[in-house]
This record gives sequence, structure tokens and C-alpha cells, in this order.
Amino acid sequence: MSDLLAARSQMAVSLAFHIIFAIIGIAMPVLMVIAERRWHQTKDPVYLDLARRWARGTAILFAVGAVSGTVLSFELGLLWPRFMELAGPLIGMPFSLEGFAFFTEAIFLGVYLYGWDKVSPRAHLTAGILVAVSGAASGIFVVIANAWMNTPTGYAVIDGIMQAVDPIAALKTPAAFPQALHMTLAAYAATGLGVAGIHALLLLRNRTNMFNRAALTIGLLVGVPAAILQPVSGDIAARYVARRQPAKLAAMEAVYTTQAGAPLKVIPGVNIPYALSLLAFHDPKAVVKGLDSIPADEHPNVGVVHLSFNVMVALGTYMAIVSLWAGWLVLRKRDLAARPRLLWALVIAAPCGFIATEAGWMVTEVGRQPWIVYGVIRTADAVTPMPGLIVPFTTITLLYGVLGGVVGWILYRQIIRSPRT
Amino acid sequence: MLVLSHTLAAIILAALTAYVLLGGADFGGGMWDLLADGPRKTRQRELIARAIGPVWEANHVWLILALVLLFTCFPRAFARIAIALHIPLTLMLIGIVLRGSAFVFQIYGGGGGRVFAIASLVTPVLLGMCVGAIAAANIGQAGGIPGGGFHALYVATWLTSFSLAVGLFTLTCFAFLAAVYLTLETPDPELQGDFRLRAIGAGVWVLMMAALALAVAPHRNVVDHRIAALVGIAALITFLALWKRRYGVARIAAAAEVALILWGWGVAQFPYMLPPDLTIAGAAAPPRTLNLALLALILGAIVLFPSLYYLFKVFKTRAI
Ligand code: HDD
Ligand code: HEM
Ligand code: HEM
Repeated sequence: MSDLLAARSQMAVSLAFHIIFAIIGIAMPVLMVIAERRWHQTKDPVYLDLARRWARGTAILFAVGAVSGTVLSFELGLLWPRFMELAGPLIGMPFSLEGFAFFTEAIFLGVYLYGWDKVSPRAHLTAGILVAVSGAASGIFVVIANAWMNTPTGYAVIDGIMQAVDPIAALKTPAAFPQALHMTLAAYAATGLGVAGIHALLLLRNRTNMFNRAALTIGLLVGVPAAILQPVSGDIAARYVARRQPAKLAAMEAVYTTQAGAPLKVIPGVNIPYALSLLAFHDPKAVVKGLDSIPADEHPNVGVVHLSFNVMVALGTYMAIVSLWAGWLVLRKRDLAARPRLLWALVIAAPCGFIATEAGWMVTEVGRQPWIVYGVIRTADAVTPMPGLIVPFTTITLLYGVLGGVVGWILYRQIIRSPRT
Repeated sequence: MLVLSHTLAAIILAALTAYVLLGGADFGGGMWDLLADGPRKTRQRELIARAIGPVWEANHVWLILALVLLFTCFPRAFARIAIALHIPLTLMLIGIVLRGSAFVFQIYGGGGGRVFAIASLVTPVLLGMCVGAIAAANIGQAGGIPGGGFHALYVATWLTSFSLAVGLFTLTCFAFLAAVYLTLETPDPELQGDFRLRAIGAGVWVLMMAALALAVAPHRNVVDHRIAALVGIAALITFLALWKRRYGVARIAAAAEVALILWGWGVAQFPYMLPPDLTIAGAAAPPRTLNLALLALILGAIVLFPSLYYLFKVFKTRAI
């Protein structure tokens, strides 16, 4: 394994690990706040129990999210010092703002988790809301930094070297809006349907359990709207990619030759005529650039990007359909717990959002290769000169493997202990 | 430009100071967890967990803030540090990951107390070693020397007796802070007494480790001499206050003692960020970035300080 490959793999492992905890950290506070609010309104102790149990699980996930995020902040420099040296003055802005969002999040999380008996119910709920808001904000800021890597702005190239010029322009990078929207929705869709799926499984065993019914409803409340909107926001993202990152689009759709009226390749052998041009440019005759129009040393890995993209879209479609189904039944005031087929569909949807999120990041990141900053700095030029990077890569991978196992085991114990009445 | 970059460097040192005074004490708490002993062993551990629980994540963000400001405002310095100190920083990160996760696992009944305590012990040493490498002026040209072997470039910079001494010194400082603060965390006079004795013991260790570090220092100017005198005075006040059981005074004096050491280091190497060759101004980002970072800091502070005050008011009523 070359040092560059080891560095890329270490970055990929660290990010893929962190993102799971990050999206739960963004969305779980919303679910807890809804449960707590219902408790205030109905005085039904089931909701209080729910909020408290969710808070226990979230405390663990948050801590792991915080430490794995710390690792990432250092790794940006440890693995890509040349990138940070040149880009730091530009993407430092969103990272600094993110720092304050982390502060707010960590402070009010402390109040929320440990303050049940120390602050008034109103203050407690407010703390939960602040955690939810600052969690979403920190996700958005870091995604803006990533968006800048995809569509860099605010710089000048002097003597072949990138120079920071305008951090505000960097903050307004064009990919920021579609990526931040798509990512935030992903967090709510994945976590909401994830929670709904777990409780659907428990309801299949015992249909009348009030605790699981309440949890299912709240999970759906957060997950269903997000999952329905997700294909729409994905379409917005795809059109930005089509205009700004033709190589990535070509890899996503495995387009080898430039063509007008390009078809969409759904699975090998099945093509929908004109559909790709229509989706990417909202014009059936539009020209889609193929990989043949891009120099060979600037091609991303088509196999990985194309497969990941199809996985994301397939899972996203499934999640949207299940969400429409569940939403329709809720609107007609049907008892979801009496519909085992829907419950099973929700159980299957539970991991989908997390897998789609990982796949989506593969598309974004692998699709940007060989650039670390699209069109400006190559990944190979940014990597640390230190040799032997396979050692930290292996170490971090083992560490996260063990950590992930322990977290899974602790959460599993908590879930099977959920109340039986 | 000059003044602006110095202001931001001072803010970064201030964030690092906050991390040491607050986050450092959380690490120190882990050390006392390891060393808990005597008839009140379990109660000591409970007190430590209660004291750390609600605040450690917020305290930890000070490190993130210092780091983020460093790469925003002083990207050249950040890149050099990240290259030359790759190994100790990676080890420190592993310590941070194990400490944080083992702490919550333990609270939520998943075990891991040993891991928590041992990671609390190792991480501060590594942090101190990194600081020691910078103070010893070893990170200056490192990363830039072509042709140097692996050992010369990536190991010899930080694996020195001086760095090691600074690492151990950092550990004793954290333990000392934790013990002093813990006297204020409980109304129980027995527990207070336990930590009073520990604080005095750790305070003596701090002085011994400081003497050791100075003895093996590669040059005489690692800490500004005038500030070192103030450190001595603060240490004296801390011992007196602990002796007389004036814990509130002891806490302020102990925090001042440790903060002054950090600032003594900063003043001593001024105007260099990475001695012997990289100055603060030379490492700085373009002025627009610095201006905006300062603006972001001011706006952030308006949100941050009231929130922090609230957090400590809720959980540290005895201490505030
Ligand atoms: C719940 C998770 C989830 C679901 C259901 C979807 N996505 Fe997605 N997608 C993500 C989670 C995600 C992500 C992980 O959040 C990414 C990675 C980077 C980003 O901004 O969002 C992403 C990236 C991403 C990109 C690349 C953006 C870029 O590189 O700048 C495109 C074009 C799409 N998505 C398109 C879609 C479409 C057409 C979907 C139709 C169903 C879809 N996504 C469902
Ligand atoms: C290079 C990429 C990233 C870096 C450097 C990074 C850095 C960090 C850091 C330092 C923390 C700890 C804050 C604390 O101590 O409380 C953290 C936590 C967090 N990060 Fe990341 N992060 C990255 C990617 C992401 C992404 C893509 C998202 C989401 C969209 C995200 C969302 C969060 C959230 C919500 C938290 C709060 C803790 C939690 O919920 O578990 N991060 N991150
Ligand atoms: C948390 C969700 C994310 C995941 C799962 C993810 C995934 C990946 C993957 C798979 C790679 C390796 C790509 C390759 O080399 O083929 C990578 C590289 C990288 N990512 Fe991300 N990424 C995420 C978010 C971010 C964010 C928010 C940032 C920055 C702010 C970021 C910065 C980087 C950098 C600097 C590299 C290394 C250089 C490169 O390969 O281009 N990533 N990431």
C-alpha cells in the first residue's frame, strides 16, 4: 500500500466512522425534544421515559462523535498538511464558526443530559432545542468546508500556487447550498427512519406496547418528511454537479462518451433513453460530457463512484416510497402497529439511510479524485511527506473497529431492555 | 498586520490555557480515579465522575478551538507541527478517543474504568511532549530539511529528555489542578481532606518536575524569568491556602500558577511561533482572514461566555 493510498484510506475510515455519530447527533436531539414536549403537553409518563432513554443512548453516541471529530480535525493536518497550509485561511472560516456551534452543542448537551433535576422543565426543553439547532449548524458549517473543496472560490493562483484571497467568497461556494441541504435532510431521514425501524421491530413482537408506539410515531414524524424530500434535494445536488464537476457526473453515471440526449443507466442492460440529460440539465437533448472529454489522469474511479451512486439512489427511492406509504396511513389515521407489512418495510428501511449516507460520501469524495481541491490541488501533492502511513492507518482502523463493536453492544443492551408494557 | 497576528496568537494561547485549566483538570480527575484508595475509594471515584460528567465535552472544545484557529490564522505553523509531530499527535488522539469513550461507557454501565484512567494518564504526557518539542526549538526547520532520515525528522524532534520532562510536568499540573478543584466539589469534609492532601502532594510534584525540566532544558529561555517569579508566588499562595483549608483561594491561585507557566512559555519565545525561525507574523494568514477570524471570535464569544456561565452555574453551584 502506497503512503498516499494509506492516507486516503485513513481519511475515509475516520470520516465514515464519524459521520454515523454525526448524523445521529444532529437528529436525535430533535426526537428527544419532541418526546419531551409531548410529555409537557400530555403528562403521559411514556413520553418522559422515552426522552430519558433516548438521552442515555445519545450521550454515548455524542461522546464518540466528539472524540472521532477531534481525530478528524487533527487528521486534516496530519495527513494533508500542504492542503491545510494553502486552504486553511479560506476554509478556516466555516471551521471556526463550527467551533462555536460545538461549544453551544456541548454546553447545552451537558445541561440536557445531567440537568433533569437541576433546571426547570422549560429550561430543560430549551436546552434540548439549542442542542438540536447547534448540531444542525455544526453539520452545515463542516459541509460548507467540504463544498468548497468541490467548487473552490475566493482564491487566486500565483506562480502555480493557490493563494487565499477572499474567505467570504469561499464561504459562499456554489456547492454549499445543495450539499448542506442534502446532508441535513440525510441526517433526519436516516435517524428518523432508523428509530422508527427499531421500534417497528419491537412492535412486531408486541403490538400494544405504548412505549414503542410513541417512539415509532416520533421517529416517523422526523424521518418521513425528510425521506420524501431527499430525492428532490438529491436532484438539485446532481444538477450542481453536472454544471460544475463534469468528471464526477460522468463517473456517477458511467458516461464514457460525450453525447446529447444521454440515457440513464439504471442497472447493466437497462437504459432509459434521454433520462440522464433530462435529470442532469432538465433538458432531454442536453449534452452530457463523457470521460472521453476529460484527460485520463483526471478520471476518478468510475466503478466505485457509479456503484455508490446507484446504491444511494436505490435506497433513497425505497425510503421515499416507504415514507409515502407510512405518511398516507398516518394522514388517514390508521393504526400503523396493526399493519405488519408496513412494519416490516420500516424495519428494512432502518439501516438504509446510514448506508445511503456512506454511499453518498463515496460519490462526493471519490468522485472528486484525483483532486483534493477540485481543479486546483491534487491529492497526491497534499499528502504528508512522512513515510510509513500504513501504521497509523492500521492503528486507527483497529481502534475504530473495536470502538464500534463496543458501542453497538452497549446500545443493543439498552434497546433490548426497553420497557415491556 | 503585525499587531493583528500577535493578537490572534495571544487568543490561541488563551484558548489553550482554558483547555489546560478546564480540560486538563478532567484528565487529572482520571488520574485520581486510577489512584483512588483508602476507606473512601468508591466515594472518591463517584465524586470524580460527577464532577467531570456534565462539563468535559464543553471543556474539550477549547482544544478544538485552539486547533481550528491555528490552521485558520497560522497555516504555515500548523502544517509544520502536523508534519514534525505526526507520531506523538496521533498517539495523543488515540488517548483522547479512549479517554472520552471509556468515560461514557463506564457511566452508562459498559465497563471501561481502567481504560479511562490509563488514557487519562498517557494523553497529557503526549500533549506536554509536543509543547516541549516546540519550546525546545526543535520544530523550527523540521519537516523542511531534505535528506534527513526518518528518525531525525519524525522522532528526534520530540523524543528528548526535555520533552519527556515537560510531558511529566504537564501530567503533574493536570493532577494538581484536579485535586485542588475537587476539594470544592463536595460538602463532605472527609473527601475534601482526601483531595487536600493529594493537592499538596501533587503541588510538590509540580515543583519537582518543573525543576527537572529546567535542568534538562536545551536552552535557558524556555520560560520568561519575570513570569517564573510570579509562578513561584502563586505556588506559595496555593500551598498556604490548602494548608489553611481556604479552598476557594487555593483554586484561584492554582489556576493562576498553571496559566502563568503557559504564558511564561509564550512570552519567552515571542515573537516566534515555532522557534528558532518561524515568527508569528511570518506564519500568519493574509490580513483579511485574520480580520474575519477576529470578528468571528467576537461574535462567538458573545454566545459562548453566557452559555458557559450558565453551564457552570447549574453544575458547579458549590464552586462558583
Ligand atoms: C439518507 C441518505 C441519502 C439519500 C436517501 C440520498 N442521498 Fe444523495 N447524498 C447523501 C445522502 C443521501 C450524503 C451522504 O449526505 C451526500 C454526500 C455529500 C453530500 O452533500 O450529501 C450525498 C451526495 C449526493 C450527490 C453528490 C453531491 C456532490 O458531490 O456535490 C448527489 C448527486 C446525490 N447525493 C443525489 C441523490 C439522489 C438523486 C438521491 C435520490 C434518491 C439521493 N441522493 C438520496
Ligand atoms: C473533515 C470533516 C470533519 C471534521 C474535521 C469534524 C470535526 C468534528 C469535531 C472536532 C467534533 C467534536 C466537537 C465536540 O467536541 O463536541 C465533531 C463533532 C460533530 N460533527 Fe464532525 N467533523 C467532520 C465531518 C462532519 C460531517 C460531515 C458532519 C455532518 C454533516 C459532522 C457533524 C458533526 C456533529 C453534529 C458533531 C457533534 C457531535 C456529535 O453529534 O456526535 N461532522 N466533528
Ligand atoms: C463525514 C462524511 C464524509 C465521508 C464518509 C467522507 C469520505 C471520504 C472518503 C471515502 C475519502 C477518500 C477518497 C479517495 O481518496 O478516494 C475522503 C477523503 C477526504 N475527505 Fe471526505 N468524507 C466526508 C466528509 C468530509 C468533509 C466534511 C471534509 C472537509 C471538510 C472532508 C475532507 C476530506 C479530505 C481532506 C480528504 C482527503 C483528500 C482526498 O482524498 O481528496 N471530507 N473522504
